[in-house]
Amino acid sequence: MKKTLLTVVVLLLVVIGCKKIMPPTPKDDELLDGPVEGLSTAETQQFLKGDVAFNDDIFTPQNGLGPIFVANSCGSCHAGDGKGHPFTTLTRFGQIDSTGNQYLSLGAPQLQNRAIPGYTPETLPSGVGFSKILPPANTGLGFLDAVSDADLIAMSDPTDADADGISGVPNWVNVPSYCQLRANAISQGGKYIGRFGKKGAAYDLLQQTANAYNQDMGINTSFEPYDTYSKLEVDPEVTNTTVHNVVFYLKTLKAPIQRNQNDNEVQSGKQVFMSIGCEKCHKAELKTGTSSIAALSNKTFSPYTDLLLHNMGSSLDDNYTEGSAKTYEWKTPALWGLGLSKNSQGGNYFLMHDGRAQSIESAILMHGGEGQQSNTNYQNLSESEKQKLIKFLESL
Amino acid sequence: MKHLIIVVFLIFTTHFSFSQIDTSKVKRTPTDTAKMQLNLDAVYNRPFLQYGKIPVAIGGYAEANTQYAVTDGVTDGFSFQMRRMTLFLSSSIHRKIKFLTEIEFEDGTKEINIEFAALDFQFHHLLNFRGGIIMNPIGAFNQNHDGPRWEFVDRPISATQLLPSTLSNVGFGFYGKVYKPNIVWAYELYLTNGLNDNIIGNAENKTFLPATKLDPNRFEESFNGEPLTSAKTSFRFRKVGELGLSYMGGVYNKFQEDGLVLDKKRRADVIAIDFNTTIPKANTTITTEFAWTFVDVPDTYTQQFGKKQHGGFIDIVQPIIKKKMFGFEKASFNAAVRAEYVDWNVGTFKETGGNIADEIFAIVPAISFRTSPQTVIRLNYRYEWQKDLLGNPAARTGAIQLGVSSYF
Repeated sequence: MKKTLLTVVVLLLVVIGCKKIMPPTPKDDELLDGPVEGLSTAETQQFLKGDVAFNDDIFTPQNGLGPIFVANSCGSCHAGDGKGHPFTTLTRFGQIDSTGNQYLSLGAPQLQNRAIPGYTPETLPSGVGFSKILPPANTGLGFLDAVSDADLIAMSDPTDADADGISGVPNWVNVPSYCQLRANAISQGGKYIGRFGKKGAAYDLLQQTANAYNQDMGINTSFEPYDTYSKLEVDPEVTNTTVHNVVFYLKTLKAPIQRNQNDNEVQSGKQVFMSIGCEKCHKAELKTGTSSIAALSNKTFSPYTDLLLHNMGSSLDDNYTEGSAKTYEWKTPALWGLGLSKNSQGGNYFLMHDGRAQSIESAILMHGGEGQQSNTNYQNLSESEKQKLIKFLESL
Repeated sequence: MKHLIIVVFLIFTTHFSFSQIDTSKVKRTPTDTAKMQLNLDAVYNRPFLQYGKIPVAIGGYAEANTQYAVTDGVTDGFSFQMRRMTLFLSSSIHRKIKFLTEIEFEDGTKEINIEFAALDFQFHHLLNFRGGIIMNPIGAFNQNHDGPRWEFVDRPISATQLLPSTLSNVGFGFYGKVYKPNIVWAYELYLTNGLNDNIIGNAENKTFLPATKLDPNRFEESFNGEPLTSAKTSFRFRKVGELGLSYMGGVYNKFQEDGLVLDKKRRADVIAIDFNTTIPKANTTITTEFAWTFVDVPDTYTQQFGKKQHGGFIDIVQPIIKKKMFGFEKASFNAAVRAEYVDWNVGTFKETGGNIADEIFAIVPAISFRTSPQTVIRLNYRYEWQKDLLGNPAARTGAIQLGVSSYF
């Protein structure tokens, strides 16, 4: 009897005391979510509130979903704050040049392809040009937001003055009245530089967030008060505070951390990346200016984007655009976090703006226009060099 | 509700007042609750206290636990939880008329529910009429859920997050049993108030039948005027065990209002199979249940809400020592394990043809010490893997749970 008891007690102590039986914390560089380092306590609390609103607020017909919509929560499109899945791909239509969208009365710019019971979702008007747009990763957005307009202008080369075949341009967009202009914002004809969205058509994260609530979920805010179904101005369905918390959350999500930086093959792969010209658009380093969030001020970071529009060739021309971008122009997507994309896309890659590329290599081979030379250079690499390049890209 | 609580309180007060006068008149109606009879019988197969010849008996159970859970390295630390305290009150109004009610306080007083409150009229052992608040007999756990009967702190996931555990509704129906030397056959058939559209619009972000319990008016009126049908048949083969087949189904959406048609009638249907047995000599108890749900979710709604779901659990309990221990005459020390699985969204994405995940698998080794069949102290270690809709790497949760549960 005493032996039995002793055994039980020992077992209990082993079970309770052994941390190894609990799931370990994944390494920081294996996760996309989590706050940037250096937030104050108040900022951390606001980050947590935004996290809850972003990932846990589920919209239903009872609390405002739709009636027509694409997704019913922010987290549905951005699992783990990573890239989205074709399940929540957006469809935008109706604009082919900078004169604006000609199909607003028919539900443009975004197709709400789902509806709550009893309602009918939208369908695309026949013959209209459209783009399918895969939800992007959210990470490091605050850093991208804090890059100065002057730095973006400095990287642009509209006339290809240096004759390198790359001529990045900003997307000049109208800024909604509820957005606050950045310090030292640069204007051209009353328009400002957009930097969020696949075409860079959203000026800042407040516009991006308010639009996502409205166009993706059918949730009205005081910023975007017009219901996508009735087209009428309706009462806000989430508070301004919630929207601002979500914006703060997006701003303060950490930048993805590169893995295996010291691996020889990864380092060689980076050299290949530079040598074949990828870095001309996918800039390895940017700097933030002064930000109201101290943790984002004056930082050097590695997003692998220039936030500018580039001609990507006819095969990526969907006959749809936003802002001043041409239909064949796309904003250089940030490559940071690329290697973790599978962890938010159900174990597969869905790359390029609409997820058409299911491997990194096929994404490279889809580059045309200004990216064609790098594409050709890639094809001329040895197998070993290609593998090193892919390994480098997967480390991001 | 308030009246019921007052009645229960008065009966308790009366009981203790009498106890102070003459405890010899308080009679316990003992039941070996660890030895499961037909699951149908579980509602009455509970220990009650009765005073003298008063035709009212009272009972209940409580369960509390502490747990330390870690999900992917993140923990909120220790929690102490008073999961539930349930009071039973039964009365023999007549030799062939019985009343029983079960009132449950969950998480302190966060939720107070009448889980069961029905009058039973026996016309024949094959024809009993039951009316009131009825527990829909889908699966076995819904009928046989009292905490002290189980070696596990948590209820099975399939019983709480796939099937609506302890779903009860107002309605009427019949049940009956036939005894033969080597077999018992039983049936139940009820019509009750039904489901509602919370099942495809809820904070769980998945088709979630338990969300039907969120409708506060479900004991007052039907959500859509369509009854929910629940039916179960069970066989207990004396040397094999009990096999149950159950069905529950009905329209869940508000398809019309004020005579105007809003939508077509959309159904939710559930079938379940359950089995339990005790292996002779080894006294190993095996309890298992598996359920499938089919919900008519509009094609134009989000695929987040699945049209098909399935899941179940298997519990294996092995008594290790069964003798007098620490002064408890009928004590036993047991080892147990539960494996459970639920897929809330069986299907493939329209866009890619890839599998929709939204599933969970858990394994729960356990040890328990029963001071008697009615009282258990249990230590569980839970490890679960939960995948999101897209099938991204599973969130892993480990938990150590120490709990007590007892009839009183």
